[in-house]
Amino acid sequence: MAAETSSILLIAAQGVAASAAYLYASLGEGIGQRAGVYNLGVDGVILMGAFSAFYAVYSGLSPVVAVIIAALVGLVFGVIMAFVSVTFKAEQGISGIGLYMLGLGLSTLLFDTLVKTPRPVSGGFVRVPIPVLSDLPIIGPVLFDQTPMVYGALLLVPVAWYVINRTTPGLNIRAVGQNPQAADAAGLNVTRIRYLSLMVGGALAGVAGASLSIAQTNIFQQNMTNGLGFIAVALVYFGGWSPIGILFGALLFSIVTTLQLWIQTLGIGISPSLISMLPSIVTIIALIFAVTAYKTQTPAALGVAYRRDEN
Amino acid sequence: MSPLLRRVEPLYPVLIPALAVLAALAVGGVLLVIVGANPARVYEKLWSGAMGNPYSRAQTLGKATPLLLVAIGVCIAFRARVLNIGVEGQVIVGGLAATAWGLAIKTAPGGVIAISSLLVAMIGGGLWAAIPGILKAYFNVNEILSTIMMNQVSASLLIVLLTGPLRDTSAEATAANIIQTGPIPEAAWLLPIVARSPFNVGALLAVAFAAAVYFLLWRTVLGYRIRAVGQNPKASAYAGIAVRRTLLTAMVLSGAFAGLAGGVEVFGVTHRALQDFTSGYGFSGIVVALFGGLHPLGAIPAAVLFGGLLVSGTKLQSVGVSSAMVTVLQGLIVLFVVSSSEILRRIRRQAAPPPKPVSAAQSVLTDAPHAEIAR
Repeated sequence: MAAETSSILLIAAQGVAASAAYLYASLGEGIGQRAGVYNLGVDGVILMGAFSAFYAVYSGLSPVVAVIIAALVGLVFGVIMAFVSVTFKAEQGISGIGLYMLGLGLSTLLFDTLVKTPRPVSGGFVRVPIPVLSDLPIIGPVLFDQTPMVYGALLLVPVAWYVINRTTPGLNIRAVGQNPQAADAAGLNVTRIRYLSLMVGGALAGVAGASLSIAQTNIFQQNMTNGLGFIAVALVYFGGWSPIGILFGALLFSIVTTLQLWIQTLGIGISPSLISMLPSIVTIIALIFAVTAYKTQTPAALGVAYRRDEN
Repeated sequence: MSPLLRRVEPLYPVLIPALAVLAALAVGGVLLVIVGANPARVYEKLWSGAMGNPYSRAQTLGKATPLLLVAIGVCIAFRARVLNIGVEGQVIVGGLAATAWGLAIKTAPGGVIAISSLLVAMIGGGLWAAIPGILKAYFNVNEILSTIMMNQVSASLLIVLLTGPLRDTSAEATAANIIQTGPIPEAAWLLPIVARSPFNVGALLAVAFAAAVYFLLWRTVLGYRIRAVGQNPKASAYAGIAVRRTLLTAMVLSGAFAGLAGGVEVFGVTHRALQDFTSGYGFSGIVVALFGGLHPLGAIPAAVLFGGLLVSGTKLQSVGVSSAMVTVLQGLIVLFVVSSSEILRRIRRQAAPPPKPVSAAQSVLTDAPHAEIAR
């Protein structure tokens, strides 16, 4: 019994640890989508962030500096996305694919050139149990014995909620995502707000990458996200564009993913690949429900480039 | 409009992609310098690796074949404005279905096996695409997200089948623990055009289908409906077009061609289903379609170009650069191509004020001027 309880707690703790990357990426993606732009290239940005942070630590920098570097690299990718989708008004789904390929290719190219063979680094983030709280039964080991990257991700949820719902910049972001014409008429700079939203989203995707390569693991591998960024985009829909909804989605998915790895180690006679379909199938089903449940929450101008000259 | 601009405008279908490639090569060159490589040597290798000798040229055309089949399917879907990102998975499922069918009837005459298996490949890819198609048309589920998830499912399905029901049980494969299916009977192989090369008669099939899809899109009622729905679904609905059914049809057709690409790859090149036998044809096929202006005939030269890029990418190791450089170039090309329609719009606007306002629904998918070759 005790062994079972502890293994369940272990899965829960690993699930929470794995949710950090989803949270950073989805919260960032959510900000962009609230402003009316979906960035499908987030997976590529996460890979760039993961490589940059890994390489920074590999070069002897502190993990905090590595996270800042990853955020800056992500921000640059956010600018590229904004340049193509906002300034040049390209179809967002396609420019996102271009950004994804650029990030996937460039992170692999840089790794193959600068590091060559996969190797773990030491000097990334380590778990920092929070005094007192980590001694609590059940939630102590699950929530309060994690790396600083996990605490940061969990804290980001209320921060994102507050910024989006209770501050002027948040109101402006929602305005340009709902009705850019009206926002423009009210004196808001639609282009600038969308740029800034995509830059914040890109920076957070970079941080998501860092949480993968220098906190959750201490290694970088080609395409190590394995589609995590795409699930992060789906989570925004799943969460109904609300940071709280995204939190539930991220926890659900990271626990399903962890559980799936755990089932594989149990050696029940099911093919591991069959189980690895689980997160994707759950995502598709979740999308079907999200569409009906959140019809009204969808930012009205999501995916539509704004042209001032047409009104 | 200035006389100069008017003279240049007919050249846009060629000019835009050419400039996009040049821009991508320029940015790629900067990146190469940053990682300490010599861009001139890398680009020279890209060219010679793809075009240097008869065998590499045959390799290029062999790679171009599945890319073209995927791309013409993408043309159909994107023209209907269904962004089928799931072609990668549809290629896998098509290839798997064809292999399973071919192995099941392997005592039949070679021609029967080959033809029926390719049909099965189309059906498999089409049905696989029907799932996100139905979700899009009848449940309003974002097809980009659902098809990406379907890609992940297909990748897992491939492993499940290769390690399970379709596993190669021969002594060699078991001993070496190779994950693959048994071989397709030699009588059913698609004949090579250049001996012992991946360049096979599937290429002719692909070109014929490209012409057929051109005819479908611009000379048939279905094609008209597909394009009308893509341009303006509301107006199409008022005009009496069954929008949902058209969306689903476009998706299924798109998946069928992707599936055929998988079947042709198995029967013409690998002769069995293997791990990674699709080697990223899905995303590259999307790039080919965009690069060809979402026009099936434009996709032909585009497929050769990107086929060459994929072939020579694997040879870049000899000049000390990762094959990932090819993915970088593809990403850059996509970004430049999708930006081009707005750049053109601005050039035009500066030359002359527009006679009438242009709708917001227009974008690279529907108003790419280089896509207007033969509308």
